[in-house]
Amino acid sequence: MIREFAEWFEDQLSGLGRYALLCAETGLAMVTQRLSFSDLLYQLHFIGVKSQAVVVITGAFTGMVLCAQTFFQFHKVKMDTATLAVVSVSMGSELGPVLTGLMVAGRVGAAMAAELGTMRVTEQIDALRTLATHPIDYLVVPRVLATLLALPLLTAESIAIGIAAGYGVGVGLLGIDSAYAWHNMLRYTYVEDIIIGLLKSVVFAGIVATVSCYKGMNCREGAEGVGRATTEAVVASSITVLMSNFFLTMFLNRLIYGYD
Amino acid sequence: MDTIEAVGIEKSFGRHRVLGGVSFRIGAGETVGIVGRSGCGKSVLLKILIGLLKPEAGKVLIDGEDITRMSERELLKVRRKFGMLFQGAALFDSMTVAENVAFALRRDGKLGEAEITKRVAEVLELVDLPGIQDKKPAELSGGMKKRVGLARAIVYRPQIVLYDEPTTGLDPIVADSIDKLIVRVCDQLKVTSIVVTHDMRSVRHVCKRVLMLHGGRVHFSAEVDEFFGSSDPVVRQFVEGVADSEKEVAL
Repeated sequence: MIREFAEWFEDQLSGLGRYALLCAETGLAMVTQRLSFSDLLYQLHFIGVKSQAVVVITGAFTGMVLCAQTFFQFHKVKMDTATLAVVSVSMGSELGPVLTGLMVAGRVGAAMAAELGTMRVTEQIDALRTLATHPIDYLVVPRVLATLLALPLLTAESIAIGIAAGYGVGVGLLGIDSAYAWHNMLRYTYVEDIIIGLLKSVVFAGIVATVSCYKGMNCREGAEGVGRATTEAVVASSITVLMSNFFLTMFLNRLIYGYD
Repeated sequence: MDTIEAVGIEKSFGRHRVLGGVSFRIGAGETVGIVGRSGCGKSVLLKILIGLLKPEAGKVLIDGEDITRMSERELLKVRRKFGMLFQGAALFDSMTVAENVAFALRRDGKLGEAEITKRVAEVLELVDLPGIQDKKPAELSGGMKKRVGLARAIVYRPQIVLYDEPTTGLDPIVADSIDKLIVRVCDQLKVTSIVVTHDMRSVRHVCKRVLMLHGGRVHFSAEVDEFFGSSDPVVRQFVEGVADSEKEVAL
């Protein structure tokens, strides 16, 4: 029992070490190695363009439900016109980046882990190495860079669509006065809220891309190994996004707003 | 031309020791077969020779330079001397045949597109697969995949070509055509070749010298005729393909 625990602990530690090495090598390769722009564009298209439907639907329905639920509670204390201010601040600094990060982790992270995992078990990654190509340069760097570029844009899109959809529900369906709703939204939503949201999305992009690439590149043999790597990539990156969100909220609010 | 020298190579996976002090030297232009029973470490040894795996002890000297202490980036330069045909061909399944074969040339960036296209056509001709540039790996048979894998391995004119079980999983006729292709590549390109196999027909047709791995070491090393004529019981059993006990028959 103790021996099994020790082996498990050693496995976890060496896994963390390998992940740290992958991150360090990726960071170094980004600044020292030649980048293939066609590979970067391909990944940008896959991550950015092909995630549109997921991000638009998630952003819109989150904004709508958030507006409805906030309105139902605020209506009890006659604060209907503050509803959209809550929607815009929540979408801008919390729900926009977190939900977009989670959706991209599910769609893109799973695809990255499955693709790289399959390449590993079919010896395609070894073949790359024999062809004098570093797998980090060719496989990891374009994916990480494309995610770092695409996720903040997707997050901004999700925030805008969430607020617009919330506005539509609040004003169109629930009868909130549009002038007061608009006035309160602008009054209580600061540029800093959106900056916090976009900064978070950059961190989430780094987490989703590096964790998914790591899981794929270190996949175990066979179809089961690829399946497990894919599941682990989605679970690990989603959990890390959620956990890091708390620390980022504390850190960025203190940094930007100067809260003690 | 380069020589390959392995000195006291040791490699384990977990508690299982696969190689326990393997040493040999292969001269420039030689064609050597590495044989042995399944799981004896042939493919592991091949991957150590090209730096895909690191041994726990020992050295691999490529033209006198020890590659076992090199970082992955230093190894990339050494690997330009090597071409490798994988057991399952390991073609990039998202690319066409032409893109697979041209991969190393494009990454190298020294040749123009016209020259790359010409070189790809030439090498596909050499492996008897002209005109299949636009096909995807999924559209190819097992034998065709191996030929494309070989074309990809030799297109940048390496000095050493490694073959990992080149005829495994192929019917005898296709296997024979692969053997003839290996001989043609050796003769035309004057490369050093190392063929890992347990196909005795392949060994007889392709190799000039044979190294047999047994018990984690080089058990037997000789010219191919001497290997097939050997009275060593381990060699004889392997060449004749006879199970040695009722236990193995039961297995």
